[in-house]
Amino acid sequence: MQLMGIELLFKGTNFLRMLNGLWVAVRISLISVVLSIGLGLVVGALMTMQNKIIKAVMRVYLEIVRIMPQMVLLFIVYFGTTRVFGINIEAEVSAIIVFTFWGTAEMGDLVRGALISIPKHQYESSEALGLGKLQTYRYVILPQTLRRLIPLSINLITRMIKTTSLVMMIGIVEVLKVTQQIIEANRRTSPDAAFGMFATVFMMYFIVCWPISLLSKHLEKRWSDR
Amino acid sequence: MKKNIFTKLVSGASAAVLVAGALVGCSNTEAATSTEETATEQAAVEEATTETASTTEEKAGNYRTLDEIKESGVINIGVFSDKSPFGYVDENGEYQGYDVYLAERIGEDLGVEINYVSTEAASRIEYLQTGKVDIILANFTVTEERAEEVDFALPYMNVALGVVSHDDNVVTSLDDLTADDEVIVISGTTAETYLEKNYPDIKLQKYDAYAEAKTAFENRNGIAWANDNTEVIAFSIENEGYEVGIPSLGSADTIAPAVTKGNETLLSWLNEELVTLGQENFFHADYEATLLDTYGADYEDTLVVENTELP
Repeated sequence: MQLMGIELLFKGTNFLRMLNGLWVAVRISLISVVLSIGLGLVVGALMTMQNKIIKAVMRVYLEIVRIMPQMVLLFIVYFGTTRVFGINIEAEVSAIIVFTFWGTAEMGDLVRGALISIPKHQYESSEALGLGKLQTYRYVILPQTLRRLIPLSINLITRMIKTTSLVMMIGIVEVLKVTQQIIEANRRTSPDAAFGMFATVFMMYFIVCWPISLLSKHLEKRWSDR
Repeated sequence: MKKNIFTKLVSGASAAVLVAGALVGCSNTEAATSTEETATEQAAVEEATTETASTTEEKAGNYRTLDEIKESGVINIGVFSDKSPFGYVDENGEYQGYDVYLAERIGEDLGVEINYVSTEAASRIEYLQTGKVDIILANFTVTEERAEEVDFALPYMNVALGVVSHDDNVVTSLDDLTADDEVIVISGTTAETYLEKNYPDIKLQKYDAYAEAKTAFENRNGIAWANDNTEVIAFSIENEGYEVGIPSLGSADTIAPAVTKGNETLLSWLNEELVTLGQENFFHADYEATLLDTYGADYEDTLVVENTELP
């Protein structure tokens, strides 16, 4: 009662199992985040294009991601592909595909917003200075875009890390699932364990997300000086 | 193996599409070419997809036969990982419980390693239909609807409804209740449906959550509490002053292993195995090893099923 479940952390290999679970969650989200940022920059650029077909395709893509719950996407990629095409995609790969699919769309939308927020005279001044298209993007537009993107994308990244808890539905045992297992396995001996265990999970997510916030603050500051 | 390569190809192709789009994204004149390129690439992907689809059709279904499992040396068994005492993970990360005890024996008798897959109640059928597990041993209650989607083997446990009451006023038959007596149920459970259908005269007090129903019952808001018999039995053993007056009520359901629909070889092996196990009273030993602490010795014969003959 007094310990509220903290004692369970020291029983057997419980704490190690939770850390392992945390690593699974972090691994899935980090790979997805890196892919999403890369692809998101591309998709964002595509979204600002005037071509009607590309615009329509991007619009549909973004709407699909907005409307579909991530859980449905997970089921479609993990079970659906096996059902329809007979392809067996591993659970973790499915999770990365879904999170990247989602992250790319949202990141793309953020990039689009950042790009169109760059005033037109920036482009015109660059041209007047004799910079080429690529040079304009490389030296003028992208640096400004990235700076505007940072606070927005940190939001998305931490959201992605937290949403990894859904992957338990396709059999991946991540930190939250391990916690539920520990609470349930000790239901009779420590019925009040839930509070302490979930508080531990809270701390773990915090320790993962906090450095990302710090990094973003640091980058924002550094880049605004230039 | 072949499938893995295909997956890589598809992701590679789509990545190429995106990159191609990106490289020319800055200039509009070039964009036209890029669209064409994208179209060609997509056509290639579609072609590849149709190919895979046709190869799947040739295969009998999404499951592995008994011989294929034995040959691979590993069987995938879907169990619960957080439903103590049926399927859970202990402090050393090992799977334990009534269902897992059976799974261990199946692995031993097949002579293969077991790969446990942690399943959720909502995804059990999906796992079988896609062949991502060979057997589900996750406290799977046999129902008509489910039997259309998967194949159930012989049962290894009984589940029914039970009624618990305070030990100074034990209800042993629902027919003895007077008009003033109210029975507590949790909304959406089989207990609610059963009582409404078969005992329409009994007044029900409905609660949404287990904890609410428990508090209401402890405070004597109702004379008795009806729920799954495993739940009420566990409750009466964990808490002082209560007695299960009716341990088995209504249509008895059973819990059985399930395999992918049509997986005849595995199903018939499982049935033979369950009969062999019945002859040695395996599930009584299973009960004593895993459920005794939760349900006590009194309910062993109510809950356990030993099979004596093939279906």
